[in-house]
Amino acid sequence: MLRLEGIEAGYGAVQVLRGLSLSVAAGEVLCLMGRNGAGKSTTLKTIIGQLRASAGTIELDGARLETLPAHEVPRQGVGYVPQGRRLFGDLTVAENIEIGLMTRKRDARTRDRVLELFPRLRERMGQVSRTLSGGEQQMLAIARALCLEPKVLLLDEPTEGLQPSMIALIRDTVVALKKTGVATILVEQRVDAALSVADRIAFMTGGSVAETVPAAGLRADAPQFAAYVGV
Amino acid sequence: MDFGPFLLLALMEGLVTAAVLALTASGLSLVFGIMRVVNVAHGAFFMLGAVLAWFVSQWVPGPPALSFAVALVLCPLIVGAIAAAADTAVLKRLNYEPEATIVATIGLLYILEQAALSFFGPDARPVPAPLNFRIQLPWFGYSGYKLAVVAAAALVLLAVWLILRHTRAGLIMRATQIDRDTARAFGINVDRVYAGVFAMGAGLAAIAAVLIVPIQQAHYLMGGDPLLLSFIVVIIGGLGSLRGTLVAALVIGLSDGVISTFFAPTLAKIVATLAVALILVLRPQGLFGKRAA
Repeated sequence: MLRLEGIEAGYGAVQVLRGLSLSVAAGEVLCLMGRNGAGKSTTLKTIIGQLRASAGTIELDGARLETLPAHEVPRQGVGYVPQGRRLFGDLTVAENIEIGLMTRKRDARTRDRVLELFPRLRERMGQVSRTLSGGEQQMLAIARALCLEPKVLLLDEPTEGLQPSMIALIRDTVVALKKTGVATILVEQRVDAALSVADRIAFMTGGSVAETVPAAGLRADAPQFAAYVGV
Repeated sequence: MDFGPFLLLALMEGLVTAAVLALTASGLSLVFGIMRVVNVAHGAFFMLGAVLAWFVSQWVPGPPALSFAVALVLCPLIVGAIAAAADTAVLKRLNYEPEATIVATIGLLYILEQAALSFFGPDARPVPAPLNFRIQLPWFGYSGYKLAVVAAAALVLLAVWLILRHTRAGLIMRATQIDRDTARAFGINVDRVYAGVFAMGAGLAAIAAVLIVPIQQAHYLMGGDPLLLSFIVVIIGGLGSLRGTLVAALVIGLSDGVISTFFAPTLAKIVATLAVALILVLRPQGLFGKRAA
């Protein structure tokens, strides 16, 4: 479904991704793990078009993404939940949802379907989003991305700073999306959270994937975690 | 005239200044708030609106009200189109870098002024008022047109507020203002939003100019004062805050009217400048602005 080949990208003169290649299939959850600076978030930013790839290709179902303007990428079916949520903080929950919906001109059924996943948001529709709790903000960030009805969902550390019940809710959501055929690339620092939901884990170091292994059968004390994540 | 009626007259004059200033400054504030661009050419867009209104008054036959109505629709559209073209041709290429856009808009200011000088000439030229009636109060008579200017400015500002708060375009603008990168990640064409906002800001300045030109006359250097006062207003109100802009325009406009009437126009400008200095020292983000994180 989504395939990255030989991607090079960075911030100005600082190159972060060096020949990165990876792929994720429909209904698959690929987890990116690695130390700080390994290039996990940069990978997602490059896919969504926030950073330009100076080399390499990004293909979604055969369509090239790296040549598109950034605002065209979500229209191809890429949903993005950034690190730190980056909600439109001064807008209400309903307005954040509407921003997610307007891109593909989806009808109210999409919104209802998304809100069924997060019923608590329905009670907060008129609330300014920056006044939500951390967990509710994360729900909204995911809901907003799902309003795009994405083929591929990019999640950047969605469990960061959340309580266990909220982490479980996010895991259940990812599992539910997986059943609908949505491909997910998940950046995660927590080994238990990664193992509970991922099909494969790609360990990154120095801006490229060093090793990709199936998550099934992988234990939390596997040597890769110590080598690439430092836990 | 007694003090009371004299004060009333001063306040009415101040209200007219405040209304036009609020329109002009809201355009400047909108551009800064959403695009983070300090538009030094804003006064030139104001001037262009007035100069175009004079051309329209010469070309459109019939009563002044007709040519004025045509100018009120046509001039903001032309000025907005010029602004959008300038945004696409210049500001976008500079990636909206704050320092570079200041220099670029200074250049744009000179280009527009010199173009006006070339095609319009150095003379101040009058534009006939569309309405000629006086409202007779017990103490003095007052121009009905000036009160119509206040009403028209209030209507336009209400429309701007409604667009920003209750339309899809307004929602897109507000989202872009908050976080343009995330807006792009949801399919918002930020370049198009910026061109639209720059056009809208310039269009507001042009509307203000068309409204005021029957009182002031058109001149190719007339953009200086509105630019200065607009900066004073948006600094006091808080850069990017429409509510702050309106409140500050009212304060500056009314104080300008009162001080100019009782003392001298120059003193009014001095007081406004001192107010800006005071705000910059005590509350740099302005009365309604948000402190930078």
